[in-house]
Amino acid sequence: MELFLQSLFNGLSIGSVLLIAALGLAIVFGIMGVINLAHGELMMLGAYTTFVVQNVFRGFGEPWFGFYIIAALPLAFLVAALAGVLLERGVIRYLYGRPLETLLATWGVSLILQQLVRSISWLMCLQIGVFCLLFFGGLWGVKRRPDFERIRNGAIAILLPLSAGITLALGAILGKSAGLALTQPWFGAQGVDVTAPGWLRGGIPIGTFQLPYVRLFIIALTVVCVVGIYLFLLRSPWGLRIRAVTQNRSMSACLGIPTQKVDALTFAIGSGLAGIAGCAISLLGSVGPNTGQNYIVDAFMVVVVGGVGKIIGTVVAALAIGLVNYIIGSGIFISMVSPDSALFNFLTFFATTSMARVMVFVLIILFLQLRPAGLFPQKGRTVDA
Amino acid sequence: MLQVQGKVNQVAKQKPRLFELSAIGVIALILIAVMPLLLSDFRLDLLHRYLALAIVALGIDLIWGYTGLLSLGHGIFFALGGYAIAMHIKLQIPETASSQLPDFMGLYGVTELPWFWGPFSSFPFTAIAILLIPGILAAFLGYLVFRNRIRGVYFSILTQAATIVFFNFFNGQQKLFNGTNGLTDFQTLLGFPISHPNTQYGFYVLTVILLAGSYLLCRWLTSGRFGRLLIAIRDDESRVRFSGYNPTGYKVLVFAISAALAGLGGALFTLRAGIISPRAMDIAFSIEMVIWVAVGGRATLIGAILGALLVNYGKSFLSEQFPEIWLFFQGALFLIVVLVLPNGIVGWLRTEAGNFFRRITGHPRYMITYPQLAEDPEIQRERETLEP
Repeated sequence: MELFLQSLFNGLSIGSVLLIAALGLAIVFGIMGVINLAHGELMMLGAYTTFVVQNVFRGFGEPWFGFYIIAALPLAFLVAALAGVLLERGVIRYLYGRPLETLLATWGVSLILQQLVRSISWLMCLQIGVFCLLFFGGLWGVKRRPDFERIRNGAIAILLPLSAGITLALGAILGKSAGLALTQPWFGAQGVDVTAPGWLRGGIPIGTFQLPYVRLFIIALTVVCVVGIYLFLLRSPWGLRIRAVTQNRSMSACLGIPTQKVDALTFAIGSGLAGIAGCAISLLGSVGPNTGQNYIVDAFMVVVVGGVGKIIGTVVAALAIGLVNYIIGSGIFISMVSPDSALFNFLTFFATTSMARVMVFVLIILFLQLRPAGLFPQKGRTVDA
Repeated sequence: MLQVQGKVNQVAKQKPRLFELSAIGVIALILIAVMPLLLSDFRLDLLHRYLALAIVALGIDLIWGYTGLLSLGHGIFFALGGYAIAMHIKLQIPETASSQLPDFMGLYGVTELPWFWGPFSSFPFTAIAILLIPGILAAFLGYLVFRNRIRGVYFSILTQAATIVFFNFFNGQQKLFNGTNGLTDFQTLLGFPISHPNTQYGFYVLTVILLAGSYLLCRWLTSGRFGRLLIAIRDDESRVRFSGYNPTGYKVLVFAISAALAGLGGALFTLRAGIISPRAMDIAFSIEMVIWVAVGGRATLIGAILGALLVNYGKSFLSEQFPEIWLFFQGALFLIVVLVLPNGIVGWLRTEAGNFFRRITGHPRYMITYPQLAEDPEIQRERETLEP
């Protein structure tokens, strides 16, 4: 019984981490058909935001430090949502209807974000600010001309290298004259650690093992997120608009729903959830620039198994994959099988975390043979789903 | 009337083919005979590696450019080809050695050769396995996926997941594949010392010949009826199905061929690099392969080769100069290619640059879309001749 409870809890907690990582992805993918490979990096942004908030609160002293996580959650949501909106407005909106191209473009964004986190420093912040000021300011100036559309490409071709050159020169000069204070990277390539606040350490003892508070917190957070999203999509006016656009974009536009705003909002919410997921995973272990990539593929598998466009599918798939993953990976059944049988060798072969992934993938492929469109497929008569 | 036209077309087709064949021959000869004299050893080494990678890019062009299936799992097939040749080399143990097992196995206390290593001691088996193992694996995986009409981004995600799975598998099996460290320290192949410059030159010549052969194979595949079916599947798969074809078989076949090319490229790359490790199954590497094709130009074949060479040279140049800038640059490359240059360099040359020269020489713009029926000279002619 104890063994059963323990495996249930561990599987549930793996599943809830998967779910919180996949939730935002599922919303964006299900509603807009956009594969966002930068989702993992948005999670990473959330995790780094948590790190920064923690350091700020550490300055306030002990009684306040315990509550940094309360401030970090909404901030992580905001930072990731902002990044998501920038991504949507800057890149993805040009690529709607071309999922494979979106996939490549977002991968490019994810590479840029990874390197940005590794090498960002005050100097780099300054450079980015100056570049944006020069480039977009110049563009804004040219935009007032009546023949803007005609000279647009030419203006960009002149402004882009000009502002880039000025920015790089400025960076080189400042980098030489100002010392480490400006050029020292904030985070560096190593991972950073977030310490859980005091009230999240320890756990509830049950028999010989204990339920860690951190895991319980993440499970609770996941429940809150799922319920919140569910209520938002089904009860709020904007949720209604989002569902309308999902079902028939052009008809919604005809009826006066601002589809572009809906796109941006959907993307903001999906990305914001990634930020919260990042906040959650930062409690579990060290966070580095590669953190996002460890989760992204698993999160996608959850979406594929769950079926697109239904939150309930994502929930069930995440919990199922988490449970199966834990049960295979921990080798619970080994003790029940006699050590001489072939089954025993088979089970021991797969009883590591990495080999469990192999087995889970095989199971997913087999599952897709039975239900190619996932657990809860969208119903409809469209030939090209 | 129609038959006559068909013959005219055939004659017209013969000429470019001859021209193309001779061009390939000349380029191959330049690569084999002239380049080693011009380039330093280091640069020649890079060229050799990138030519091997260009074979992989050809395979990706076949499946992505022509069939529209974006595979993010070609790293698996690349690595499988590499592991096949590496296992054969590791089994070339001199008679005098104390243990008749590959050296790393002793470290993990393996006393018996794992069963699947056995066949790799024969060279003919290995040479076939380089092509067949990736091909069969791809055919199997492809059959399971395509049978259910899983396509588009779902196919990409599944191949990406497969990459992680294989990475984990090879990474975790210390006893079977030496885990993270991979297979390295190659001594001899068929009695030739591998690190000797002459042997490496032989491998270089082999790479150039096989690249030319792969190009011709892809050209042959895509220029005929098979190629037209692939393009039809890419553009509207449902319509292909409604026309009475079963796209599954074609997709499985093209995925297998593409995987076999990746395996070949992987084996040739491994011979030069002297190491194959699970890092070749990194997701990032598999996506990088796609960007070579995207930069060069999809569905052009020559663009795939060009892209593989250009991007890799750019990578080695930039990462030598500014190690941390390369990742920014690579990310920007993805964005630029997708947003500004969707048809890649070759596609751009064909349309934009072509238009530029046409404007200078006073010819009308090159039209991509079909002109109106009333303006089409072909239809005008048909109207004049056929209608009373």
